[in-house]
Amino acid sequence: MTLQQLSNIVKGNILHDPVKSVDYRYAFASDLMSDVLRFHMDDAVLITGLSTIQTVRTAEMSNLPCIVVARGKQISNEMIALASENHIALVSSPLTVFEISGKLYMNGIKPVY
Amino acid sequence: MEVQYEIQGGDFSTAGQASSEIKKLLKQFNIDPQIVRRIAIALFEAEVNVVAHAYKGIMKADIEPESIRVIVEDEGPGIEDIEKAMEEGFSTASEAVRQMGFGAGMGLPNIKKNVDEMILTSVPGRGTCLKMKVLF
Ligand SMILES: Nc1ncnc2c1ncn2[C@@H]1O[C@H](COP(=O)(O)OP(=O)(O)O)[C@@H](O)[C@H]1O
Ligand SMILES: [Mg+2]
Repeated sequence: MTLQQLSNIVKGNILHDPVKSVDYRYAFASDLMSDVLRFHMDDAVLITGLSTIQTVRTAEMSNLPCIVVARGKQISNEMIALASENHIALVSSPLTVFEISGKLYMNGIKPVY
Repeated sequence: MEVQYEIQGGDFSTAGQASSEIKKLLKQFNIDPQIVRRIAIALFEAEVNVVAHAYKGIMKADIEPESIRVIVEDEGPGIEDIEKAMEEGFSTASEAVRQMGFGAGMGLPNIKKNVDEMILTSVPGRGTCLKMKVLF
């Protein structure tokens, strides 16, 4: 699915939309960045409650193209700047990690193993 | 080609900058993106370890046509039992580190998984030295 479709499904607000478009098919939900760094995240969406600069750094290091921050957590300007520098899509959603995961799963998004 | 970056212990706002610079450098060369990704992940976990566990450190990278060698050396408490530190799940990280999404004892095992050579040495009370090598 496209970033716009994904954002609509999670009632999200797109804070950074990189020009290159990705067809999102996989997602991983975690607040533990060390865990994210253990998997192949190319073309995957990270659903997380951790809204820090390290969330974006983790995406940068693992070639992860999209972060959805759950529960409308505050997203700093530094995070948006780092996401834009690294062409990482950044979406804020008012829903919980559980709801976001459920909705994306229902729409055909598969888990990352 | 040699580059060198300082790492500030305890400063999570800048943690990852050194690894990021090296990753950007590597992307300019014709290296398999999956190998660049492996290097970036290993460097990042190593850098986070200095930030999380030490006072200050330095990351030195030597990029050659066939490989990259990186040394991450810090001044800090060091590691008493290296074998134990390498075990998955072993961690002495503080609550603050865990709130940053690290500190689950997965860093060192994941570094080992992503590099071709890894040598970890430490003098307790003085500091830690991690040497890594990845072939392109
Ligand atoms: N640079 C370092 N200085 C001191 N201790 C370290 C350093 N790196 C790792 N350690 C020790 O090894 C343990 C395991 O490291 P790691 O696998 O990266 O897990 P974590 O950092 O999540 O605790 C740490 O909790 C710490 O006790
Ligand atoms: Mg660690």
